[in-house]
Amino acid sequence: MSEGAIKKFMFVNRKAPYGTIYALESLEVVLITAAFDQDVSLVFMDDGVFQLKKGQQTKGIENKNFSPTYRALDGYDIEKLYVEAEALAARGLTEDDLLVDVTVMSRAELGALMDEMDVVLSF
Amino acid sequence: MATIEVSGKSYETDEEGYLVNLAEWNEEVGSYLATTENVEMTDQHWEVINFLRDYYNEFQIAPAVRVLTKAIGKKLGPEKGTSQYLYDLFPYGPAKQACKIAGLPKPTGCV
Amino acid sequence: MLHIVNKSSLERNTLDSCLRVANGGAILLIEDAVYAATRGNEAEGKLRDALARFKIYVLGPDLDARGMGDRVMEGVSTVDYGGFVDLVAEHKNCQSWL
Repeated sequence: MSEGAIKKFMFVNRKAPYGTIYALESLEVVLITAAFDQDVSLVFMDDGVFQLKKGQQTKGIENKNFSPTYRALDGYDIEKLYVEAEALAARGLTEDDLLVDVTVMSRAELGALMDEMDVVLSF
Repeated sequence: MATIEVSGKSYETDEEGYLVNLAEWNEEVGSYLATTENVEMTDQHWEVINFLRDYYNEFQIAPAVRVLTKAIGKKLGPEKGTSQYLYDLFPYGPAKQACKIAGLPKPTGCV
Repeated sequence: MLHIVNKSSLERNTLDSCLRVANGGAILLIEDAVYAATRGNEAEGKLRDALARFKIYVLGPDLDARGMGDRVMEGVSTVDYGGFVDLVAEHKNCQSWL
């Protein structure tokens, strides 16, 4: 990428973990993107909020539990995590159920934030 | 799949020599993997290896070099948190080489 | 008949289709469908109504993987893989709603 051209990237996560591969794929792309020093935001909306649920134990389904990796994002300087308020409410979840610090936002606020982006990647 | 043999016990590795089952790792296996990388292990090497294993246990990934460097600096002191220090210990790349010796998978995004 | 649903009811309409069409029997929720049987989920009301017509089961390992094992709604039974097999064996036929 050309010098000084920092772009605003947004990763939109809308799928629950484990049922499909999207959540894990998104996380891997995010970690790779971190190497390019861009301005990265992650959004968790719809069933995507389940990715951040505390207490995941995957032994019984013989899948890798990748939820602890969200806690590593801070070390990768990815600090902008946004969660859809309405999605939490529709799933009986609150901010306390989530395993990382996030900013909870309304759909309207998320929509406005999305408009400000240069690149939006949807998973 | 390939296997390595350490003290009469065999361990599965992938085609690049990374240990398949992280839980099977012990210091002896680490020492053996170090010889395959031509790394002579010292206390400073082990410090990084142990740090990597702790990091993996906590976050379930092997860190990128930049992240490793920063985290090592925080934990073990700023003089060790430089890529120079880590490349001196692991000339072919701290992430790649140290991860292999630590029995971890190759870091995400590392070719 | 045993009806097996594996998609989140907040993302797909498989659970709705199943509830609309099926005449009773048992429903087993697996994979992402397990969220529907957790307290506070928007599907809780419709599942509660469905309990009058169906026996409803949810697969434990899938709940645990998602960190939802401690919030199964009342009236729904959690089964393990052995229980899954028993349910299939007990019913004369089954339908996987994909």
